[in-house]
Amino acid sequence: MVNTTLKSLMAGAAMAALGLAAAGSAAAQDDTYKIGVVTFLSGQAAESFGVPAWDGGKLLIEKLNAGEVPAPYDTVGFGGMKIEAIPIDEAGGATKQVQEFRNLVQRENVDAVIGYVSSGDCLAISPVADELEALTILYDCGTPRVFEDGSYEYVFRTAAHATMDNVSIARYLKARDMKVGTFAGLNQDYAWGHDSWRDFTASMAQLYPEAEVTAELFPAFGAGQYGTEISALMREGPDVVHSSNWGGDLQSFLLQALPRGLFQRSQVVLSAGDHSIPPLGKNMPEGVVLGARGSYGLLSPDTPLNDWWFKTYQDEYDVIPVQAPYRMVQALLGLKSAIEKAMEANGGNRPTKDEIAAALKGHEWESPAGMIQMKLGDGHQAIQPTAIGTTAKDENGDTILVDIERFAAECVNPPPGQKSVDWINAGFQGAKCE
Amino acid sequence: MEFADILTILVDGVVYASWLFIVALGLTLIFGVLQILNLAHGSLYAVGAYAAASFTMLVPYFGLPPAFSLLAMLIAALAVALVLAPILERGLLRLFYGRDEVLILLVTYAVFLVLEDVTKLVWGVQPYYVFEPRNLFGNVEIGQLFYVGYDLMLIVLAAICGLAVWLGLNKTTTGKVVLAVIHNPDVSACMGVRVNWIYLLAFFVGVFLAALAGAYTAPLISVQPGISVNVIILSFAVVIIGGLGSIPGAAIGALVVGIARAAAVYEFPEAEIFIIYLVMAIVLVFRPEGLFQRTQARKI
Repeated sequence: MVNTTLKSLMAGAAMAALGLAAAGSAAAQDDTYKIGVVTFLSGQAAESFGVPAWDGGKLLIEKLNAGEVPAPYDTVGFGGMKIEAIPIDEAGGATKQVQEFRNLVQRENVDAVIGYVSSGDCLAISPVADELEALTILYDCGTPRVFEDGSYEYVFRTAAHATMDNVSIARYLKARDMKVGTFAGLNQDYAWGHDSWRDFTASMAQLYPEAEVTAELFPAFGAGQYGTEISALMREGPDVVHSSNWGGDLQSFLLQALPRGLFQRSQVVLSAGDHSIPPLGKNMPEGVVLGARGSYGLLSPDTPLNDWWFKTYQDEYDVIPVQAPYRMVQALLGLKSAIEKAMEANGGNRPTKDEIAAALKGHEWESPAGMIQMKLGDGHQAIQPTAIGTTAKDENGDTILVDIERFAAECVNPPPGQKSVDWINAGFQGAKCE
Repeated sequence: MEFADILTILVDGVVYASWLFIVALGLTLIFGVLQILNLAHGSLYAVGAYAAASFTMLVPYFGLPPAFSLLAMLIAALAVALVLAPILERGLLRLFYGRDEVLILLVTYAVFLVLEDVTKLVWGVQPYYVFEPRNLFGNVEIGQLFYVGYDLMLIVLAAICGLAVWLGLNKTTTGKVVLAVIHNPDVSACMGVRVNWIYLLAFFVGVFLAALAGAYTAPLISVQPGISVNVIILSFAVVIIGGLGSIPGAAIGALVVGIARAAAVYEFPEAEIFIIYLVMAIVLVFRPEGLFQRTQARKI
């Protein structure tokens, strides 16, 4: 009898302990919003994109959890819930990333996934995200195809796609009244390089209908040696040389072209070149027209939110923030504002993923780079303002950007329901540039 | 096509070939002596580039003139070979001699993966730049274009490397011993040759050449993770065209690849990447053993 009583007491205590633990765990879960952050932590895209993006994300999460971000983002975490981030390396290809994504959603039980620099990974992950009904934010990849060729319920991209970059470069040349009779391109031989060149040539055909293409070069991704291509470009001597190269490929090209005088012979334009400024420092060529795939870094606007972010990042890492950390911050602030919007709609309770997805659809929020609007892809694809500038040196020899031109989001992004190439080829119909 | 265009194609092709030749020379030497197709060769090239970036930083640190950075790069390549060659050859590869070639190939692939991570552990993922040496030789005008003197210096370096290896193999006693080992390691061992030392020596020279190519390429590029992949693919194409294990073959293979690629960039840019493999396929159709490899009966 004593034994039975003892056993039942112990069983009761165990049940109570388990119950308490479960309740505690539930309470902890209610207080925490868990996200998977997928970006390149190794490989060729790590240095230019993945690592700075994660650095920026890590820093912002820390500041959000401490409630130290300026208004309107001054509430702790996401609507009072502390943010817990699990970083995942994007290296390894799309198949591996699909496995990692399933792991994050099904084993780690993350509430949302923010990630993907590679367009191939974005295209591979999106259908899987919908299949698993997992809230997914694509923060960086550039291909317009994600929402122009597909439609997803739980997938959102909080940055503009790559069409904006090349349309704005062509518009910049026109706005600065540059004479372009001939132009050439040097782009990496994969989807990004080909798509960028296609958008740039289509934009130039509209804005400079008389201009002729003199060379179209597509060296291999990671080629490293561009001596022959530089000779070919210099022999042709086009008025403008366009490149969407990024990372080590871009920096190698700049280093090799500079002493050979390419920048004196042609106007070089780089659609995504801002991230080369910190590593090249004083060796960055002058007079290069470049973009940052948004109003980021040295092209960012003078707003209190941006001033805070620029200084916070620079103080922490002793380097200016370039495009990748800005896009990561853009995604995190978009998710935060959508969660808080959904929370407000359901009486301050933790929103479900469907409620957050509904809040993100067609959402608008302020980011350090300006107002982000989810206007394309049935409210799943962002448009944003952008800016282009020209490199120059200050009195210390450091690289700065001058002659900055700003473009409204609806001037350089297609309107809803139109494919980018069709929009450009139709003469940018509906563009609002004033 | 005008003469100036032909001249530009030749200059660009030879500069590119020089770079490729230094890498391919080490690869073909290791295959010739050890019969190992070293997939980690590209990683050794990358380690050489990283080491050069680190060593050249010491030049201004010690207040030495910029010209010393050329010496620093040479020392960096030597240091890489002194450290990695014994570890890899004595510590790992020798355990697989005589085993299936595919197994050794997989082992070198594993070394490639390990070295990729080791470089990240040691140097991180941030890029390194070696600007100074590239300004040492000024610019040279050839035809209507300016070339960087440093790039042309690589032609001289490649010629020195090729000549040194050829002379070392054909005009020295040690070289003759190496040739004997290449011909038949078992008989060489019976004649009192310390075959293991010859293997180590050949591997050391191969690693040194890979690291040397990486070190002297560092001023041209952003030294960062991933630079090892492209170079190994290209140098494989070179040694296959020239014939595995043949030094003149590596030279001709590099020249064929370099000039074909330069011509493609000028005349058929869309074929730039494809042309290398097209040349390789054509050579293999007519000379499956490569341009400079003699057909040999299989040993039983």
